[in-house]
Amino acid sequence: MPREGDGEARRAAEATARQSYGKLVAFLAHRMRDVAAAEDALAEAFAAALIDWPARGVPDHPEAWLLTVARRKAIDAARRRRHGEDAAGHLRLLADELTASTASEAEIPDHRLALIFACAHPAIDSSIRAPLILQTVLGFDAAAIGSAFLVAPATMSQRLVRAKAKIRQAGIPFRVPERAEMRDRIEPVLEAIYATFSEGWSDPAGTETRRRNLADEAIWLGRLVASLLPDEPEALGLLALMLFAEARRAARRSASGDYVPLAEQDLRRWDTRLIDEAEAALLRASRIGAVGRYQLEAAVQSAHVVRRRTGSSDWAAIARLYEALMAMTGSPVVAINRAIAVAEAEGPETGLGALAVAAEDARLAEYQPYWAARAELLARIGDLDAAEKAYQLAIGLEADPAVRDFLQQRRSTLCAVTSS
Amino acid sequence: MKYMLLLYANESAFQALPKAEAERGIAAYHAYTEALTQAGVRVASDRLQPVASATTVRVADGKTNVLNGPYAETREQLGGFYMIDVPDLDAALSWAARCPGASHGVVEVRPIWAM
Repeated sequence: MPREGDGEARRAAEATARQSYGKLVAFLAHRMRDVAAAEDALAEAFAAALIDWPARGVPDHPEAWLLTVARRKAIDAARRRRHGEDAAGHLRLLADELTASTASEAEIPDHRLALIFACAHPAIDSSIRAPLILQTVLGFDAAAIGSAFLVAPATMSQRLVRAKAKIRQAGIPFRVPERAEMRDRIEPVLEAIYATFSEGWSDPAGTETRRRNLADEAIWLGRLVASLLPDEPEALGLLALMLFAEARRAARRSASGDYVPLAEQDLRRWDTRLIDEAEAALLRASRIGAVGRYQLEAAVQSAHVVRRRTGSSDWAAIARLYEALMAMTGSPVVAINRAIAVAEAEGPETGLGALAVAAEDARLAEYQPYWAARAELLARIGDLDAAEKAYQLAIGLEADPAVRDFLQQRRSTLCAVTSS
Repeated sequence: MKYMLLLYANESAFQALPKAEAERGIAAYHAYTEALTQAGVRVASDRLQPVASATTVRVADGKTNVLNGPYAETREQLGGFYMIDVPDLDAALSWAARCPGASHGVVEVRPIWAM
């Protein structure tokens, strides 16, 4: 029979886990130079809390309590293993144990940023960086991460284990890079956060809680990185970009779950609080004066949001921003977006011309947005046969059923025009 | 932590260099070795004779096989190594990037197994 304190103790443990998991793993991993061992020790500490807290009450400083227990568990584990390579981390923990001012120590140094930089180190395979950050900083398990990234849980778990072994064996440091290296080193960190966000974003209906949570968690990480590195314009740019996108989440689907393109979205369903936060972050970034990919993409979003005040997006500005992005990334996807903006600003013929230049990249042949954009512009200049063929290809390449429905409706509207 | 920097490069390309360029290349290695020594991080280093001098040995089923040539035929060959002792991978990578071998070939960075 569960005792009376069980529920309360469990809730306290869960609350501490939510708020402090990443901080505690980061602190332990930093001292032990071993992420896996830090996670194991912390898991044991949480298990101990569930036994101890119901019996003796929740301690005044749950974080400090957990850290003290985790340290002891880690020292025990190191003793059991007795590997030569463990000795240094083991000694650091013993020293901590001796100097720690009992369980009342309230301030635990925040090494989460150092942990994030270790997870997104260039020596770590790029596809595992985002999952690694999700697991170590946010405490997601391999099964949840696997299903979010469409990888079998066992495979994901194996890759995570391997990546953590690499951090330990290769001696990847737990530190925030110096100013001079920051430019190169922050890029994979932002990329990992954006990959996390994109995984969450790819579930527009928000029906899969796991994926929707990923977008929230990515924004949380974005806020953390931006607050810990307030002088990094691209960290602010990424945060702004994610907030702009998140602000429009609800408007992307109608009440009946149908896809709503940006131009037809109901402005009342945009989240103004998030948009204001995004604008403020973008403004701060632009004052630092080093333009980058994320700031430009956020600026595009900002030019769309202008519609709230003027009734239409600033397409000329959007075309110019995409031009700058193209020069920076050479991405064919950016080229398509630029062509769409050009079509809106200067007419469908000019847009089609820009699209034809973009189509020289063979990768676009299987890219749905290219065919959808082409179909739309062909329809506008009245070449309905070619438009219908392009819609057909776009429909065949789309994976999201709501978007597929939308494209099919567009095509049948065209057919009605041709047959009448 | 100790790291091994393994230098791979196209051997025949180096042998085909004009004398003056080859000498400049070797001088660059001397300067690099000196810099590692000055910084107090160099544990050991050496250049290897060309792969043509390699012999490979394998013992299987109690029989010793001796083969002429290197273990693996590759376009770039192991030509030398540096063993260094530095605090972490970032330090090892920054030394590897300064190695002349990273410019005319590749440098593989491997941590030494601590016993």
